[in-house]
Amino acid sequence: MINVETIRKDFPILSRLVNGKPLVYFDNAATSQTPQQVIDVIVDYYANYNANIHRGVHTLSQEATDLYEASRQKIKAHFNAKHAHEIIFTSGTTHGINLVANGFSSLLKKGDQIMVSALEHHSNIVPWQMLCERTGAILKVIPMNDAGELILSEFDALLSKNTKLVFVNHVSNALGTINPIEYIIEKAHDVKAAVLIDGAQSTPHLVPDVQALDVDFYVTSAHKICGPTGVGMLYGKEEWLKKLPPYQGGGEMIAEVTFEKTTYADLPHKFEAGTPNICGGIAFGAAIDYMNSVGFDNIAANENELLEYGTKKLLEIEGLKIYGTAKDKTSVISFNLEGIHPYDVGTILDKLGIAVRTGHHCAQPIMDFYKIPGTIRASFAFYNTKAEIDALVEGVKKAKMMLS
Amino acid sequence: MSIEDIQNEIIDEFSMFEDWEERYQYMIDLGKDLPLINDQYKTDSNIIKGCQSKVWVHAEMADDKVAFTADSDAIITKGIIAILIRVFSNQHPKDIINADTDFIDKIGLKEHLSPTRANGLVSMVKQLKMYAIAYQTQLS
Repeated sequence: MINVETIRKDFPILSRLVNGKPLVYFDNAATSQTPQQVIDVIVDYYANYNANIHRGVHTLSQEATDLYEASRQKIKAHFNAKHAHEIIFTSGTTHGINLVANGFSSLLKKGDQIMVSALEHHSNIVPWQMLCERTGAILKVIPMNDAGELILSEFDALLSKNTKLVFVNHVSNALGTINPIEYIIEKAHDVKAAVLIDGAQSTPHLVPDVQALDVDFYVTSAHKICGPTGVGMLYGKEEWLKKLPPYQGGGEMIAEVTFEKTTYADLPHKFEAGTPNICGGIAFGAAIDYMNSVGFDNIAANENELLEYGTKKLLEIEGLKIYGTAKDKTSVISFNLEGIHPYDVGTILDKLGIAVRTGHHCAQPIMDFYKIPGTIRASFAFYNTKAEIDALVEGVKKAKMMLS
Repeated sequence: MSIEDIQNEIIDEFSMFEDWEERYQYMIDLGKDLPLINDQYKTDSNIIKGCQSKVWVHAEMADDKVAFTADSDAIITKGIIAILIRVFSNQHPKDIINADTDFIDKIGLKEHLSPTRANGLVSMVKQLKMYAIAYQTQLS
């Protein structure tokens, strides 16, 4: 087991006050906090290595390139990709999704089908709607049940030889449901459809093995796993990345340019046009190192304990309803107080120094399913404590008292 | 009473509160007491969509003064609406157009009128002014 008090010392922000109260940070599903170890890497980069990469002959450029590529190796090792060039640095999950969606626009034809799940975030819906508009492909939605679990029999029924791409999040951002992606990938492959998994909400809690999953594409963001914002990765199987056309034109992604023709660079540079977020890429690797030093077994153990404790404590409050009660879920509790708007509760909690997310969590279709305007979402990370959950419970009780 | 006088009156009222809890409890109570918008005006065309809470606004003019009614699905938002309506309703359109909302800072509720808050209130103030501009055009 980890000593949470020791871990908390790694995160300078956790000792600050908000509205005069000690910060209770329960918005980890939106972004995680940054440990000093990662902050140090960012500072060290700008203090000692800042240079453009992949093109300079000078020492700084070489050192910066080495750090950046070493980070790619770390990411490759962490997710167990076969090759480092299957890891494409992106600006984040949304960028990765758009890159794949754009790539498929030249591979799809009218009547082809793309399947997404009812649990998707807006960023997972809009690019596919745009893709369908461009290509004449049809968007199909895997429905969910009241617990917030995908109905697999419906998924099976929707699959056909016309299905070209299946797109599901590994973990739902609004409800925390862990989706059975192993099953989805296997079934999709039976009809020769490609599968893209959004790992933005899973990678903070578990380590996906992309080869064991046999997944075609997997995307995530660094800032969900203690890294900086503005950087993420797209894993793609080599064969798929070779098949997809480049997403953006620019420097870095070309091999040779004349006015008649441009030859594209090899992977991964084909998809990395322009000067990337070099510092972010390096810090992404440092964040993975940090998470591994804490240990994902320890992370999962602490978060499961918090989830269980938080669920039990919150349900003791009369009139409180939890949305998303899947058997397999991460440390996310989405809830409402009967007859009270989530925005009001979030506002009172903020006054008490407690950071939660309120609203539809960019997942309006899920809110429509439950016929609610939104929820209050408390999402726990490994550095949170039961004492903080107690503070949340007291805060919710106070909000209820003030608002009823 | 002029808009400025009403604003000063509100600032005075809020200065009596000792902490945020009293301020918020007052707003929540205002929200509860807010005369609801007539249901026939709670239409999609009167809705201002914020990511966090919804606001409905309806305007009418009588005797050269604009009267506003409004509602929200969130009670704290409604409390602020009650304050805004107290300030802006039953005023001459020109005065509404020229009025500012700085008094919100002074009563410690600045964050609710932040453009990034997405509760519909910033758009609501804009909407009140738009109505005022429209009615002013009718008058002149």
